[in-house]
Amino acid sequence: MSFLVNLALGLLFGLGLVISGMSNPAKVLNFLDLFGTWDPSLAFVMGGAVLVAFIGYRLVLARKKPIAADRFHLPAKSDIDLHILAGPAIFGIGWGLGGFCPGPALTALGLPAAGTAAFIPAMFIGMWAARLMSENPPRTSST
Amino acid sequence: MTDFTPLASLIGGMMIGLSAVLLMLWEGRIAGISGIAGRLLPPYRDRAFLSRFGFVIGLVVAPFVMMALTGHAAEQTVSSNLPLMAAAGLFVGFGAIWGNGCTSGHGVCGLSRLSARSFVATGVFMATAFITVFLVRHVIGD
Repeated sequence: MSFLVNLALGLLFGLGLVISGMSNPAKVLNFLDLFGTWDPSLAFVMGGAVLVAFIGYRLVLARKKPIAADRFHLPAKSDIDLHILAGPAIFGIGWGLGGFCPGPALTALGLPAAGTAAFIPAMFIGMWAARLMSENPPRTSST
Repeated sequence: MTDFTPLASLIGGMMIGLSAVLLMLWEGRIAGISGIAGRLLPPYRDRAFLSRFGFVIGLVVAPFVMMALTGHAAEQTVSSNLPLMAAAGLFVGFGAIWGNGCTSGHGVCGLSRLSARSFVATGVFMATAFITVFLVRHVIGD
């Protein structure tokens, strides 16, 4: 059941990426090109997403618990440390080089493009390296 | 050059936001794609693998469903500079996990929760992405 719900929500998310144009690296790179062929469309993607999530989260988080879990799992960290500066800095360089962030790259996985075939394995290697480097291994299940 | 598409982008963005809200309603988790995708790799800390896998499959099939529904293929132009794309992938993957989130986890979910860390993260990755594109396109030359 949870698999099917997640499949549907991933599909909704993915359709949103495709319809909004976020899944097209050319559009992302033009959004990031303030002093060239600037295409401000993606500001509307983020605006629309944040608007819905800002209101929706308030309604959902007013509940005692989610439908299929016993509590909400919200990030607890609030300190501004090196991770929250260096991680996004590196991420932004990669995003600016390729025009892909993880969601759009996954929607591109089934479409034929050599650049995608180079990007996705490298992305997973990067993710794995960061996880191995940053996670201390307390084996207690937190969920 | 790409067309300015404010309406399609707004609607697509709202679908992304709705997906994030429904995931929170269903199982109380943040719809952060790097978190979901990154935890498909070992070590596994919980039993949510199948759910995460389902979400990723949904993302992967989205352009095909779009094609079936509308008859329009998803428009996509990807650089064919393979070393550049591989480097981009490494940076995106590493940075997203190292910084606990990417465009979705920080840029959508975090901002919506008014998380200070996500505001910092989003500001930083937008800044380095703008600078990178500026350097690549206007200083080094495309």
